[in-house]
Amino acid sequence: MRLRERLLPWWFAGPALLWLLLFFAIPLVNQLSVSLMSGNSEVGYDLTWSFSVYGDAISTYGDQFVRSVLYAGAATLIDLVIAFPLAYFIAYKAGRWRPFWLLMVVMPFFVSQVMRTASWKLMINDDGPIVSVLRDVGLLGTDGRLDATAGAVILGIAYNFLPFMVLPLYAALERIDRRLIEAATDLHASHFTAFRKVTVPLAIPGVFAGSLLVFIPATGDFINAAILGSPNNLMIGNVVQSKFLTVLDYPTAAALSFLLMTAILILIAIFGRLLGTRTLTEAAS
Amino acid sequence: MATSTATTPLAGEPAKAPRGDTGTGRSWALGIWSLLAVVFLLAPVVFMVVFGFNDNRGRFNVDWQGFTLKHWGDAFDNGDLTDALKNSLTIAVISTIGATTLGTFLALALGRYRFRGKTATELFVFLPMATPEVVMGASLLAMFLVVGISTGYLTIVVAHIMFSISYVVVTVRSRLQGMDPHIEEAAKDLGAGEMATFFRITLPMILPGVLSAAVLAFALSIDDYAVTSFNNGQTTTLPLYIFGAARQGVPPTVNVLSTMLLLVVLLLMLANVLIQRRLARRDRGAARA
Repeated sequence: MRLRERLLPWWFAGPALLWLLLFFAIPLVNQLSVSLMSGNSEVGYDLTWSFSVYGDAISTYGDQFVRSVLYAGAATLIDLVIAFPLAYFIAYKAGRWRPFWLLMVVMPFFVSQVMRTASWKLMINDDGPIVSVLRDVGLLGTDGRLDATAGAVILGIAYNFLPFMVLPLYAALERIDRRLIEAATDLHASHFTAFRKVTVPLAIPGVFAGSLLVFIPATGDFINAAILGSPNNLMIGNVVQSKFLTVLDYPTAAALSFLLMTAILILIAIFGRLLGTRTLTEAAS
Repeated sequence: MATSTATTPLAGEPAKAPRGDTGTGRSWALGIWSLLAVVFLLAPVVFMVVFGFNDNRGRFNVDWQGFTLKHWGDAFDNGDLTDALKNSLTIAVISTIGATTLGTFLALALGRYRFRGKTATELFVFLPMATPEVVMGASLLAMFLVVGISTGYLTIVVAHIMFSISYVVVTVRSRLQGMDPHIEEAAKDLGAGEMATFFRITLPMILPGVLSAAVLAFALSIDDYAVTSFNNGQTTTLPLYIFGAARQGVPPTVNVLSTMLLLVVLLLMLANVLIQRRLARRDRGAARA
């Protein structure tokens, strides 16, 4: 009976955990072994423990790695700047319209990401409305363009992941006990000082969580670079995709993807240390 | 905006009492910034909807040429496109059922019991949400290649269930946290068996969370391009079709179908909110009785 009781939670958890083990965890580990194989798609692949693939991958695709981090970092910053005031507004000023604003924030999720990105391409088209306005006000040269530039890719990424920044920021701000802010102003802090010394520090977990939720998918993103960028804007995700699906160079693809995952796990570990894993897992909800 | 009708059903918590006004000028600036941010978020969606009505010449749908409903008339005439849509919808339904079932039970285990390895399990469930989609898609494909499973419809379903489970767990668990465990204990004390307690007490109580999780899983599945692009084999889904067309310019019927899907998802959300309200009323009624 005791044994049965001890096993009960595993009966509940078992099927889902098995699914995640088979189709998430084992593939990740398997990737390591695929990366150490050599051969080609005609003769097949054998495990030869050729670690040189990692050195080659880093030296050949270092540019794309750096670009992924830079683009993702820039997009994360843009999102933070856009999202903080928005989240603050929704949490403190929107009153009974709050659910409406939140619906507007998640609305883009109801349209396929690929479709939204294609719409972006349409909007920033050379003959489109945005480019002609930018040219008229002189922000772009007369033949300046947005389509197929780094700016387009970064803006596309920032656009696609913005809700992931707004929602955790909103959650963090909303959770702040208003009495703390009132106490600060009662004690003669100006509204700005109260904001700087009370609100912002208490919102930091939300800032971290939002940044992580934007930065991680952004580094791996390849939809934006593929649709909005030129061949000079390709990111690491594009390389992994073409190596796997077009070039059929599985070891290099697996090595690149494994490197990306490792970098992100290290990042998560650092964040976990800074925030505690509980905040991290809660932030994801 | 066309969507403002959706406000009323979402009215959640009552508004907090207004605080002393703090600098009206700043509030205005904040409000305008927020409005611009939402315009930024919605502009591509509006563009997509509008260009479904564009009377475009030739193959491209770039400039506005005038209003027409013709694309709505022949929305289902393109065979490849309708097949892709059909695949997307059936895959979303199957993977929603799979992921919601598996994830709900896992959430119950985590929310209801203390057991060894619970913290490790929580971390393990969190990991898929923190993994870039390329990595998930590529590693899954690498495994299918090594094992010798050919990719197609089935492997897409497998992948979609995989990446949806964690989100279901998180959603259902947050509902569980707000629940009083004593009610289940009371049912057992009054002689209800494990099964009866589960089906008559636990399940009805977590139902709102399960429904929300299902809506989320459906949205995740129908939207996915990245993971699917690695594991689709010869099968095409709607996002794959759009991606293929995106470089040259998406045909307007795609805009129309995407608009229809947007309406369907909004209706699902609306239904979810209405059901949640009924359930909440039922709970309040039960509490009074």
